[in-house]
Amino acid sequence: MRQLREALIERGIQLTAWGAITIVFLIFVFVAREAAPLFWEQASLEEVGGMQKLFLAQKYGTPEAPLPYVWQPVSIVPKYSLMPLLLGTLKVTLVAMVCAVPMAIFAAVYTSEYAPRGIRELIKPGVELLAGFPSVVLGFFALIVLATWLQDLFGLEFRLNAINAGIALGLAVLPIIYTVSEDALSAVPQRFREASLALGASPSQTAWGVVLPAALPGIFAGIILGFGRAIGETMIVLMASGNAAITSLALAEPVRTMPATVAAELAEVVFGSPHWRVLFFIGSLLFLFTLAINTAGTLLTRYLQRRLGMA
Amino acid sequence: MALMGKLGWDRTLRWLTGVAAFAILGILGLLIGQITYHGWDRLTWEFLSGTPRAGMTEGGIFPAIYGTALLVVLMSIFVVPFGVLVAIYFSEYADRAGWLYRISRQAVNNLAGVPAIVFGLFGLGFFVQFMGQAVDRAVFGGALTYGQPALLWAALTMSVLTLPVVIVSVEEALQAVPQTYREASYSLGGTKSQTIFRVVLPHALPGVLTGGILAVSRGAGEVAPILFVGAAYYLPDLPTQLNHQFMELGYHIFILSTQSPDVEATKPLLYTTVLVLLGLTFLLNAVAIVIRGRMRAALRGT
Repeated sequence: MRQLREALIERGIQLTAWGAITIVFLIFVFVAREAAPLFWEQASLEEVGGMQKLFLAQKYGTPEAPLPYVWQPVSIVPKYSLMPLLLGTLKVTLVAMVCAVPMAIFAAVYTSEYAPRGIRELIKPGVELLAGFPSVVLGFFALIVLATWLQDLFGLEFRLNAINAGIALGLAVLPIIYTVSEDALSAVPQRFREASLALGASPSQTAWGVVLPAALPGIFAGIILGFGRAIGETMIVLMASGNAAITSLALAEPVRTMPATVAAELAEVVFGSPHWRVLFFIGSLLFLFTLAINTAGTLLTRYLQRRLGMA
Repeated sequence: MALMGKLGWDRTLRWLTGVAAFAILGILGLLIGQITYHGWDRLTWEFLSGTPRAGMTEGGIFPAIYGTALLVVLMSIFVVPFGVLVAIYFSEYADRAGWLYRISRQAVNNLAGVPAIVFGLFGLGFFVQFMGQAVDRAVFGGALTYGQPALLWAALTMSVLTLPVVIVSVEEALQAVPQTYREASYSLGGTKSQTIFRVVLPHALPGVLTGGILAVSRGAGEVAPILFVGAAYYLPDLPTQLNHQFMELGYHIFILSTQSPDVEATKPLLYTTVLVLLGLTFLLNAVAIVIRGRMRAALRGT
């Protein structure tokens, strides 16, 4: 009787693990379900034109001024090229990573290798506090304050642009990169440092020549996870990037990212229309991107643990 | 000479990394300072308890605070028990080499990385349309009741998003309970489930609390998931039913800063609203950090 009860409880708890798996599965299924008819439904095929029109160059515009990639879903001839959105996402993410990666890694090295205990106890909660910033607050700050500062400082033509959104996005990913890197550096066994110092290396030679290389897979995982977060972040870019779907490489121009497009357009779209399906398709792409990125991050972390003899 | 060079490099690198670390603190101070400086004056009881007036250029934010509170309370009711059970599976029952453990662990990791906006799409596709319409057909004879954006669906969507937060926190707490407690319980004839639910879990309670608080703080700050599943621009009445729409602090900030007809008139109000949201999340995070710190210290002591 008692054994039966125990077995039932164990089964019940195991079911919750199945529940967690099911949730991730359902997320993909229910987002992809709305997107999939894009590729066989007659209305969608006519209006959107399948993969080819989503990704490849088209003959819009005039021969003198061709517009091969246009996102213009509300128009007499709706155009659904995803390229401006992909490019916009990459531009903003690039700015964010350029700002966040060096700063996060330097700060992590300082915290784990140089900082006295008292200062470490100040920096770590500080970064945790920054991580707790709601993204809508960072978006607000970039929109109202940072945009004006940057425009005045560099004399930019557009107030809202990829640089502005990218810097704010950098603030959102910085805590992730910092935390994962700092964990990786702290996980390097103390004997590595002692051996290096005993051989006459300076603290900096130890930090950069011994500890950092040992922790490198972990730091890499931090960068990858930060990248994943940056690609999917919505509110900051929606508020701070200007949201113009321009196909250009210039950083000081307004951009529109994939998540921001979904957030801005879905509420005004007819249920089940081709436009609706394209927005869910963007959602499916974002899901798959981040799934791949997170899996890579996990594998790297596991590799680091094995390398340091922890697992 | 070589020694000087080495020490010079040492100092430069120490200094450079230090600058990066303190720059983060500086930015943090700047953000908090700017928002507090511009938002403090309007932070009055009238503002917290009033409703928006004059096209949202005057009045208060009570409906948004109320909606946020309802959302996170409902969300916690869903996410905390489920998160605790998954954490118990991970920490106490799972065979770490087994495939179920590995796949479910990876699922939770991946769930934490899914973009917030994708949760919004999922909430709309699964909860609002699939579940909502099913409920309407089964219970309300097809009348549109739950097949639309609603508080309930927003809370469920948010609970899916915050699930990894709860799991990680509770699992850490369960792992920190000394093995000797479990052994003592077994030696007194306790079964595995009795040991877990009467000995281990009570000692991990601070972790459950921390997980719940962190989830609430995260849920109160996320806007993208609820854009299409229940948050409303402006409502004259407070929500009283699970299928009502609601106003929410973060969404209110988004609306005030992007859709205001008169940006300059809204700005002071906007700063104070941001200050309230930020204050709320910081307070929650601070409480969670203190509880976690005490728990770690206490368990280290035993």
